Amino acid sequence: MAFLEINEVRKQFSANIVVKGFNLGIEGGEFLSLLGPSGCGKTTVLRMVAGFESPTSGTIRIDGKDVTNLRPNQRNVGMVFQAYALFPNMTVAENVAFGLKVAKRPASEIKSRVDEMLQMIKLPHLADRYPYQCSGGQQQRVALARALAQKPKVLLLDEPLSALDAKIRVSLREEIRALQKGLGITTIFVTHDQEEALSMSDRIVVMNEGRAEQVGTPFEIYNHPQTPFVANFVGTLSVLKGKVLDAASGRIQIGKSEIVASRKLFQANAGDTCSVALRPEAAVLENGHAAPTGHNRLAGVIDDVSFLGSVVRVRVKIDDNAISLDTFNNPSAVPPQPGAPVVVSFTPNDVLVLDGSR
Amino acid sequence: MKQSKIGSWIAFIIGTLYFIVPLIGTFEFSMRMKRGEYSFEAYRVVFSDPNFQQTFLYSTLMGLITIVIGVVLVVPTAYFIQLRLPRLRPVVEFITLLPLVMPAIVIVFGYLRLYNSSSWIPLTANARATDLLLAFSYVTLALPYMYRAVETGMRAIDVRTLTEAAEVLGAKLPTILFKVIFPNVRVAILSGAFLTFAIVIGEFTMASLLNRPAFGPYLQLIGANRAYEPSALAIIAFLITWACMGLINVFGQARQMKRST
Repeated sequence: MAFLEINEVRKQFSANIVVKGFNLGIEGGEFLSLLGPSGCGKTTVLRMVAGFESPTSGTIRIDGKDVTNLRPNQRNVGMVFQAYALFPNMTVAENVAFGLKVAKRPASEIKSRVDEMLQMIKLPHLADRYPYQCSGGQQQRVALARALAQKPKVLLLDEPLSALDAKIRVSLREEIRALQKGLGITTIFVTHDQEEALSMSDRIVVMNEGRAEQVGTPFEIYNHPQTPFVANFVGTLSVLKGKVLDAASGRIQIGKSEIVASRKLFQANAGDTCSVALRPEAAVLENGHAAPTGHNRLAGVIDDVSFLGSVVRVRVKIDDNAISLDTFNNPSAVPPQPGAPVVVSFTPNDVLVLDGSR
Repeated sequence: MKQSKIGSWIAFIIGTLYFIVPLIGTFEFSMRMKRGEYSFEAYRVVFSDPNFQQTFLYSTLMGLITIVIGVVLVVPTAYFIQLRLPRLRPVVEFITLLPLVMPAIVIVFGYLRLYNSSSWIPLTANARATDLLLAFSYVTLALPYMYRAVETGMRAIDVRTLTEAAEVLGAKLPTILFKVIFPNVRVAILSGAFLTFAIVIGEFTMASLLNRPAFGPYLQLIGANRAYEPSALAIIAFLITWACMGLINVFGQARQMKRST
């Protein structure tokens, strides 16, 4: 039995079904991310675990106890909100102490726990400051300390990084992950940012239209997407339209060229149209050296070049299709020029077959 | 640019003179009670009048009672509307605006029909019950100001998220209201309270028709029978109102300064 179990949970607001038959088991100490676009139901699932929303049907169990109908203040969960939600009338220390005071812990215990929490988030010098005197990153760390002060069974993070600037976001996500690992607390993290989910999580649930599309490790989600939605949503994809030549051997015609996909084309027959996809890092430009035998090769023309810092993204037009690929930025080399004819190569393993139809 | 600045100054000076000149005239007149010299004699007479003291004390007390009832009624209402029943907001806003469009005399005649001594709830049957009715009617009169002030304060602090943050930390409703919500809308409540006080202290129609010894009817009585004292009273009433407005600003600015440090 998992530490946190969500069984057949469904949530309906009037005629709008937001979560449809959602099932999930989260192990103790696991860091799990709910990833998906706006409106996919991820925040509603989190709010049902917190107790702010009641499931229309289904059950939620934490540590073996059915909490489906318990109020948020009876569940012993900690939550960090996107907008920090620190109490403006209280100092940093008072914010951290709030839950402990509500639980009527002895004053000496509250003081030592608050000190411990502020040390943990490396902000003991801000104890007497008010939230408006702290930066966004500091406020979110205080919110994290406040959520953890009561030693909750589950930590819920509702897009806690999305209001912060890029640099602080990266450092804070590393801090959150380190704290979570150190404390071994079961954590659910809601985000629409795939980079956050991929870098922080033990497992990711990709959600779409109220359902879990795929549950897996970041490696599985990125490299072995099970549905076209997951493949499209996680990472960048170049989608190529083609025609199935031979489903058994995975031969596909793209424009005037032919490629091979090593994964089977499910329910596809010769003559069907199909969509295949490539990750930017899977394709390479042949610079005078032909790709090894067995690699797919497509000839095209450079359409656009985007400089992204350490990486240069090149878009290559191949008949009616386009492939985006990443090359490392080499300051001493001439960057690829738009209009130049090139050959793009990739292995049959790198071809993701998204769908096929007659 | 320069011309538009000159235009603004002219408009400002005309506006200021429009308000200040009558006030200066009233003040100057109130100082002329003693022939041939300026003095505060009219003020001395007013302050030493036992009726002034009684009516002012009565209206002050009624103002405080009105504020307490208003806060108890409005703050939880605004809180629950914002948190649980946001769809009812337009309805409640409409209701709270009604006292602005409905003359006080209509409201008080309605009260007299509903609560006269032969009705089911005879609130006009004795003085204490009538005082209570007067306080309720003041709450109604001040409702637009009190509700607006509190509602604006609540909108500024994201009541929903703060409530959820407190709830998930184990807090129950009384703790959430008294430790989290009230302290963060205190300035808004005070603004509503001072506006209520300013309205109550000079209110005439309700107090007069309910026959209660309030400051408003006293002002009217003096105004009809004396020469210099009404001017002194007008200046005193202005000072009380300004003091209330000043206190709203003081609290508001103190809050802003605290935030900007």
